[in-house]
Amino acid sequence: MVPVSYYLALSGVLFGLGMIAFVFKRNIISIFMAIELMLNAVNLAFVAFSRALGQLQGQVFVFFVIVVAAAEAAVGLAIILVVARNRQTLNVERVDSLKH
Amino acid sequence: MTLQLFLFFIFAAVAVAGAVSLILQRHPIHSALSLIVVMVALGGLYLLLGAEFIAAVQIIVYGGAIMVLFVFVIMLLNAREEERTDFSRMARWAGLPLAGVFLVEVAYGLARAGSRFPPAANAPFSTRELAGLLFRDYVFPFELTSFLILIAVLGAMVLARRDESE
Amino acid sequence: MNEFASQHPVLLVALPKIVVLLFFLVTSLAYLTWFERKVVAHIQTRWGPYRVGPHGLLQPLADGVKFLFKEDVTPAGADKFVYFLAPFLSLSLAITSIAVIPFGPREFTVFGQPTHLGITDLNIGLLVLFAITSMGVYGVALAGWSSNSKYPLLGGLRSSAQMVSYELALTMSVVGVLLLAGTFNLTEIITAQSGFHWGFLPRWNIFAAAFPQVIGFLCFFIAAVAETNRAPFDLAEAESELVAGFHTEYASFKFAMFFMAEYASMITVSCLATILFFGGWLSPFPQIGAFAWTHYIPAAASVAAGLALVIHGLRYGTIPGRIVLPALGFLLCGVAGLLLRPGIQELAQGPFWFLLKVGIFLFIYVWTRGTLPRLRYDQLMAIGWKLLLPLAILNVVITSLAILWTGR
Repeated sequence: MVPVSYYLALSGVLFGLGMIAFVFKRNIISIFMAIELMLNAVNLAFVAFSRALGQLQGQVFVFFVIVVAAAEAAVGLAIILVVARNRQTLNVERVDSLKH
Repeated sequence: MTLQLFLFFIFAAVAVAGAVSLILQRHPIHSALSLIVVMVALGGLYLLLGAEFIAAVQIIVYGGAIMVLFVFVIMLLNAREEERTDFSRMARWAGLPLAGVFLVEVAYGLARAGSRFPPAANAPFSTRELAGLLFRDYVFPFELTSFLILIAVLGAMVLARRDESE
Repeated sequence: MNEFASQHPVLLVALPKIVVLLFFLVTSLAYLTWFERKVVAHIQTRWGPYRVGPHGLLQPLADGVKFLFKEDVTPAGADKFVYFLAPFLSLSLAITSIAVIPFGPREFTVFGQPTHLGITDLNIGLLVLFAITSMGVYGVALAGWSSNSKYPLLGGLRSSAQMVSYELALTMSVVGVLLLAGTFNLTEIITAQSGFHWGFLPRWNIFAAAFPQVIGFLCFFIAAVAETNRAPFDLAEAESELVAGFHTEYASFKFAMFFMAEYASMITVSCLATILFFGGWLSPFPQIGAFAWTHYIPAAASVAAGLALVIHGLRYGTIPGRIVLPALGFLLCGVAGLLLRPGIQELAQGPFWFLLKVGIFLFIYVWTRGTLPRLRYDQLMAIGWKLLLPLAILNVVITSLAILWTGR
């Protein structure tokens, strides 16, 4: 019998690791993948709570998060494609033409 | 150590290893593969929690569709390894430790919140009930997400198209 | 032994089943290649493998030895880890999918532990199969990319885009069956198809009472042929097209792994087609009254095949053939004798019909490969998105309306 807090701790650890990746990676696609990792960590927390409370609403929410993440990935990657085509680079630090 | 606890530690270790590998790998395709490993490990964890349908949806949609999209884009853009620039001293001496502190704090806070729950029954959740919830109580958000996907597909197609006129 | 078995059920019950099933699967993979070469050859009015062993029966062995001894070339600049991972991923996923397929209804006991004919019986068995299929795209895409060469890259991208597109039609065409059965459990889907209309027409999903799933089956089969990258949808990997597509730069054993993965997914999809639409291990004859003799069909088929092999083998050209073929024939007659024993006869009914139907589907697979010309890539994608997906959705709508109307 695994206590629910173990799952929640793991969810927190994954979220933190996703955040570290988001802050420290320079490739735009890697940053986007870190966002997906954070979303997955939140999904894990939702499912863990769904088991703890015995309700299915947590899983309904997970379903919607997955669907919205799919839509977001599609549009985000299209934007990345356009930016990469225009700037010829995938390094976020080079996309700085608004900086003075 | 029961079988469940053992399996939990295996899946958790694989998930954390995948996440750490996502950070440490320099080539985005290797990061993508690590993320796929994390997704599959999370699918296994959902199975342990009894959420059978969500585990299958996670692997089919996240692991089999969204990550395929990532891999395609990495291949199309011919992404290369990240350049080797040293971290600024601020990032290395203050950033990483603070990030580690944040991680530990979030994990501890969540775990402490979770310890108030009694251990729950182990029967797997019924897919039929989940479907009932989706199609009766939450049918409005469900239909809205179908619109959302349609808009996302149209937007992605318009954004990624090469302009022939210009 | 029985107490030891009850305390270690995984070790003594599941593990032998897995080993036996893996052995049969890998052997049938090898002989499926022989079967395909023979059938395609006969369609083209030639003989196919004939020399390596009687009727070319040792050809798969010769091919295996060849693959093991060929030089293993790795292209320069290839990403080593991904290059080695891709075929391994393809093959392991394709073989894993055999774990959720039920072969028969009977419970039998192994060392005192009751168990069923199949490795697992999951409540989400069908979804697991789709999950495995959708992960199989990675083998192709990563193989194409990691070869560091333009033809594999193009072939890999095209193949994986094709697989992802036809996955949609594949899963949609199955929803009609799910509506009729009400569960994802493969064994329960089969038992929901038991019984007979008007006493003689089996209640399989393709003859379903509410709405016969003919459109669903056709969509499923066409999508499955495209999903497994087989002719006529194999533009991305055919020899006369993009060199050899995503597996151009793969030599010897890694190529053999892709090869085996393709045939294993063919077998999986044929098993799925029989389970979902043709009643799995259910016999097409009602087992009562005037049809009680159909109980003996497995044994009769074995005897007939054995006698045919003996008679043909005794007049075969080469001396080894005159020994091996009659020996195989006697073996089959021995199997028939075994099948007549009461306990085993009950057990063998389900798997016999299941394997017969799977064999028919594999024959149809090879038949379409030998007969139909290849589709151009844009025609292929147009069929997947503009024809199969709308048809599958139409099938879902009509099936659900029919179920509501007939109240079944």
